[in-house]
Amino acid sequence: MFKAFIGKRSKGVENMVERGAVKKFAEAIGDLHPIYVDQDYGKKSRYKQNIAPPTFPRVFDYGNIEDFHLPNVGLIHGEQSFHYERPLFVGEKITCYTEIKDYYEKKGNHGFMGFLVVSDIGEDENGEVIFQSKAVVIITEEVRKVLTV
Amino acid sequence: MTILTELKPGDSLKSVNLEPVSRMDLIKYAGASGDFNPIHTIDEEANKAGLPGIIAHGMWTMGNLSKLFSDYIENGFIEDYTIRFKNMVFIHDIITLNAILKENDGKRMHFSVNATNQNDQKVIKGNIIFNLY
Repeated sequence: MFKAFIGKRSKGVENMVERGAVKKFAEAIGDLHPIYVDQDYGKKSRYKQNIAPPTFPRVFDYGNIEDFHLPNVGLIHGEQSFHYERPLFVGEKITCYTEIKDYYEKKGNHGFMGFLVVSDIGEDENGEVIFQSKAVVIITEEVRKVLTV
Repeated sequence: MTILTELKPGDSLKSVNLEPVSRMDLIKYAGASGDFNPIHTIDEEANKAGLPGIIAHGMWTMGNLSKLFSDYIENGFIEDYTIRFKNMVFIHDIITLNAILKENDGKRMHFSVNATNQNDQKVIKGNIIFNLY
């Protein structure tokens, strides 16, 4: 169903690691450590600034892959990973894009299952990749019915 | 506070017990993350999806778990964070966050991490590689 999209990527979108968004996110995950939210603490830290929590890239806009649509309900998030070269700094610009890495299908006890592997990538202003995340999304029989209608 | 580099393989970071999961926790995470999938906030939508009630965003639990490492941010950073979502988290669940050191080669500390519910079921499970400065 999604095999044709393997290797397709979105056009990069410029995102800002916005201070208010970082604070809201840190609060939502119950991690209001001063390294994320306190400017003075950030300045005195080894980073000389505030950083964002490791799962913050969930917030970014990664753009759209042409003609690629997933329903926003009925999917199962199976796996998630993040790889960092360094933490994200509050206030920096990150160019984000997404890429379909793989798609495969399995027949299990619960019928058909599709596995979609999506990688989200963020680059800093020098074009260096700062993080790469990977999600494995499981598409169940129910969702497939909706998609093929 | 634990001195990170003194940990030996098999040692744990201090586990954290979260307050019982509330609807407001998930509404806040929906707002902060932009993930408004209604199975996380609206009972009727969760029921329509065949669930007994709303479930936490997997990323909410994953986001919580990494706070075990926030106090060590002067020592290093999370280089790799990998999670498998094993079981659903419902409201009123009491989640415990755990990290156990597996290996330390002096440059990187490899932790096995998980979050469990009040029935000792693992809800998420994975690994964190902490890169030391």
